[in-house]
Amino acid sequence: MFVRGLKRKCFDGEEDIEGTLAGIKAIPSYNLQRQSLLDMSLVKLQLCHMLVEPNLCRSVLIANTVRQIQEEMTQDGTWQMINTQSTGQASLDRLVSTDILCRSSRDQTEGKHVPAYGTFNKDFESDQAQDSSETMSTASSVQAPRNLQNNVWEMENPQENKGNFQKSLDQIFETLENKSSNSVEDLFSEVDSSYYDLDTMLTGMMSNTKMGHCDSLETFSSPTNTASNSNCKSDLNDLDHIVEILVES
Amino acid sequence: ADIISTVEFNYTGDLLATGDKGGRVVIFQREQETKSRPLSRGEYNVYSTFQSHEPEFDYLKSLEIEEKINKIRWLPQQNAAHFLLSTNDKTIKLWKISERDKRAEGYNLKDEDGRLREPFRVTELRVPTLKPMDLMVEASPRRTFANAHTYHINSISVNSDYATYLSADDLRINLWHLEVTNRSFNIVDIKPANMEELTEVITAAEFHPHHCNTFVYSSSKGTIRLCDMRSSALCDQHSKFFEEPEDPSSRSFFSEIISSISDVKFSHSGRYMMTRDYLSVKVWDLNMENRPVETYQVHEYLRGKLCSLYENDCIFDKFECCWNGSDSTIMTGSYNNFFRTFERDPRRDTTLEASRESSKPRAILKPRKVCTTGKRKKDEITVDSLDFNKKILHTAWHPMENIIAVAATNNLYLFQEKVN
Repeated sequence: MFVRGLKRKCFDGEEDIEGTLAGIKAIPSYNLQRQSLLDMSLVKLQLCHMLVEPNLCRSVLIANTVRQIQEEMTQDGTWQMINTQSTGQASLDRLVSTDILCRSSRDQTEGKHVPAYGTFNKDFESDQAQDSSETMSTASSVQAPRNLQNNVWEMENPQENKGNFQKSLDQIFETLENKSSNSVEDLFSEVDSSYYDLDTMLTGMMSNTKMGHCDSLETFSSPTNTASNSNCKSDLNDLDHIVEILVES
Repeated sequence: ADIISTVEFNYTGDLLATGDKGGRVVIFQREQETKSRPLSRGEYNVYSTFQSHEPEFDYLKSLEIEEKINKIRWLPQQNAAHFLLSTNDKTIKLWKISERDKRAEGYNLKDEDGRLREPFRVTELRVPTLKPMDLMVEASPRRTFANAHTYHINSISVNSDYATYLSADDLRINLWHLEVTNRSFNIVDIKPANMEELTEVITAAEFHPHHCNTFVYSSSKGTIRLCDMRSSALCDQHSKFFEEPEDPSSRSFFSEIISSISDVKFSHSGRYMMTRDYLSVKVWDLNMENRPVETYQVHEYLRGKLCSLYENDCIFDKFECCWNGSDSTIMTGSYNNFFRTFERDPRRDTTLEASRESSKPRAILKPRKVCTTGKRKKDEITVDSLDFNKKILHTAWHPMENIIAVAATNNLYLFQEKVN
């Protein structure tokens, strides 16, 4: 949820290191741009509203986009290529670190469930009666982010990557429809003071939903900070919501 | 005031209902023309306000069910009362809105204040008389259609038989009878056996205006299926399949997302249907499945900005569209509080803005223009200065006259054609 806090090392936003990077506006490869889009999409899929069921249509569309990129990348054989490019390294780090950040913010308390990764129940209808599968979801929750992370790390084996990737994608997908079975108490217990620290960090980085941030990606030139600031805003709205609940309770 | 989430005129256009994110329904009524207030022709004033849906909590899944009203559909009027269906993500309700302007006085067994009279005081029988009172508009829930949808309801549509209606969620469509709340029939089910294989969802559905056996539903892949309920109980097999072949030259990673249909509406004639995807509105002839007969670009200048719009989630905004009464013009919303009307024959399009600054009462709306080239003319707006938080998703057109209702976030604007 607080993935926005991390900035990419090589392609920082113009608004914050004015001028110093002006010279480094090289047009990166199509592969890098595609990778950025992939990163953004994965992050979007990982973000799940804590209290309300995510929009299935949106999730399906993002998942399809991710599959498309993945298929193209597999065809190109670029799974391996990314590992060797130094610029690729930066985005790799970023994906990993955002993933860690996402996980660490969620798994603060006793390695409990990441709400985004839910139950094993495949049949949604029977899900109604079987949602007391919290222990199961704990197990799966630790697994899912690791899968994604593994995907990023294990660049040497594209075939396996594809399998892992597909599996993690499917897992995300599965979880999106089988929403987690957090009880209300668990929901509140996860929120701790570390949120506030991240909040102050994020406040400094947040800006409006402007076009500029993704401008260059449009024309497929240098990607800027794709850590979506507007999502940052919605994250903070979620945070406000949580704080509100806490304060009122 | 809360964010308006749906706008709908009734069959005569005298009533306009709006639903909002807080679960409230506000109904406006058109003022009658009177000699004493000639300028009040066409004005809509608040008629009734009620809380249709409350937030709920699904204890099994530990999720909130939003009270936001997704759709309102009126029923045709059959007696003095008005009926409408309103729905949130999970539950549909039938509301009765009735007027009371008389009250009975002179009961035999009760006093005026309602207390029972002492029996020995009743010395004679009298017939209660009706006395006028201040108009009171009451809304009461008559039916609740619940527990039929696992996924979020996106559409409801009343059938032309005025006895049944359909409700559609992301993966299923159910058929209801207005009188029966404990049973609904599933007529479309696109849920795959393995949810991991899910790649397409239902985005909108509507009954044909005249043929009570026909309905259409649109998908996130930009296709429309027309189904005939006479062919089988479960309409998984479509009768017609509408899809425009993709233009390979404009293919990008966002192609599928922008092809996702956000709204589908039959024309009043029943001959055509209109679909809205992210960048365009298309009119289809029901007799031709392989491509639309007309395509209108709503905001083509956004095509170069799709990545940013993906980043800030605007690319997932669901715009609605509507026909005017004679099907000669269509209307849909855009960003920056702009909305567009397209006259079909001859072709003419207009961009207007729904905002306080540009909408003084009785003032004529000035057409707006978005600058797509480098040189900005006076009064033009550049694409970069568009406000993407000001989106017009919901619009409605009076069934007979040129009066339109435009919802701009939490404000409702009503515009009418200037009559000299």
